[in-house]
Amino acid sequence: MNVSLLDTALDTDLRVTSTGSTVSLRGVTKAFGAQTVLHGLDLDIPAGQVVAIVGRSGCGKSTLLRLLAGLDRPTAGTITIDGASSGWKDSVRLMFQEPRLLPWQSVAANVAVGLSHAPRGADRQRLAIEALTQVGLSGRAKEWPAVLSGGQKQRVALARALVSHPRILAFDEPLGALDALTRIEMQALIEQVWEDKGFTAIVVTHDVTEAVALADRILLLDAGRVAMDVTVDLPRPRRRGDPEAAAIEGRILDRLLGR
Amino acid sequence: MKRALPWIVPALILLLWQVASGFGLIADQVMPAPTAVAEAFWRVARSGELLQDIEISTWRAFAGFAVGGGIGFALGMLNGLSGLSEKLTDSTLQMLRNIPHLALIPLVILWFGIGEEAKLFLVALGVFFPIYVNTLHGVRSVDRQLLEMGRAYGMSEGAIFWRVVFPGALPSIFVGLRYGLGIMWLTLIVAETISASSGIGYMAMNAREFMMVDVVVVSILIYAALGKLADSVARWLERTCLSWNPVYAEA
Repeated sequence: MNVSLLDTALDTDLRVTSTGSTVSLRGVTKAFGAQTVLHGLDLDIPAGQVVAIVGRSGCGKSTLLRLLAGLDRPTAGTITIDGASSGWKDSVRLMFQEPRLLPWQSVAANVAVGLSHAPRGADRQRLAIEALTQVGLSGRAKEWPAVLSGGQKQRVALARALVSHPRILAFDEPLGALDALTRIEMQALIEQVWEDKGFTAIVVTHDVTEAVALADRILLLDAGRVAMDVTVDLPRPRRRGDPEAAAIEGRILDRLLGR
Repeated sequence: MKRALPWIVPALILLLWQVASGFGLIADQVMPAPTAVAEAFWRVARSGELLQDIEISTWRAFAGFAVGGGIGFALGMLNGLSGLSEKLTDSTLQMLRNIPHLALIPLVILWFGIGEEAKLFLVALGVFFPIYVNTLHGVRSVDRQLLEMGRAYGMSEGAIFWRVVFPGALPSIFVGLRYGLGIMWLTLIVAETISASSGIGYMAMNAREFMMVDVVVVSILIYAALGKLADSVARWLERTCLSWNPVYAEA
């Protein structure tokens, strides 16, 4: 482990380092046939940081997330999490754009999916209810997912991701399918559980406003390379329409639009 | 009142039929009156003949269904999950599917004679295809996104099958099941009518020889009742197993 990095992390917040993981990419390349999607990516994410990855469609941001979640393997290069280059799949949880709940299982059973094989029986149920309480849905444990609204389903998906206390949470456009008001609520909820748990969060989005509202740091991917690495050093909770945030947003949008 | 509404028309038909028979408008040799059919039912039921025939027919139907449905389900699952297996067998099965199974009756009699095997074989063959086709379709139409979620959340292959693939394919499997049950009775009726020495079809053909039209009508009604009963049980199972699905929950 990188000593200087650990020191700075200890200085800032002990609680955060206790649950988040450091992520480090070295020369990560991913190619599908002749098409190279990621070009030798080098990246260090300290424990507990919220990193937003923005970019146009096809810039490789979703591919990067799939590599981190262990759904794909890099063509070349290494990904290390807390210094380990393998065996970390269970410490990463992925949230998709769609809730992807099993419609034939109750809300609580869906949350328990996040526990994969760990505890059995009553413990599973208790942990699932705990996670549901965190997202404010403890009363709906026995219901079918079909009766929930889109925002509620996504909250169940968040509970499913949280239930195993992951050290890294990867979000793939998690708010993309929600209406404007539900998005704001969901953003606040994600921010709140992050402050509570201190996991490392990687949020893929094409909504720059959302990136600025949530992230400590924004990476702009362009054609498989990091084109911009912006630190968002604004106090939380962030106010909507803050001029400093708007300035950062403007810079990123200019770069995205090639102005 | 609302519950009674669908029964008004059948009751009227029954009444009309009774009255027409009573006035001799319908000859007894063509169609006996409802009361005469009820009497015939009572007669064969009391002699124990009816129960025995229902028993043997039901056994044939479900034994054939278990064999054909079991193989169809297993192959449908296998071909849905394994590309190799599907490439190997699916086109052959689709070709065989176009042969009407009842067209095989002469061949089946040559192979098995008129024993139990012939009827079981025909029922199994008839039931096989709807179950196979619908199971395969069900497995193929399982949501890819859910499969990916299962893998991302570290589910084992077994857990993915039992918690994602099988429940996802279940609505389609039930379509196959209900369709297969219909074919099961149809095949059995034909097989028993052509060649049998017991069962409801035999009862009907036997009664025909002695011009007992009332018993023939009883046999037909028994077939209808058994078919309806099997379908009702399947629908109840469907509603119970698929209660998560709003489409079935409301029914």
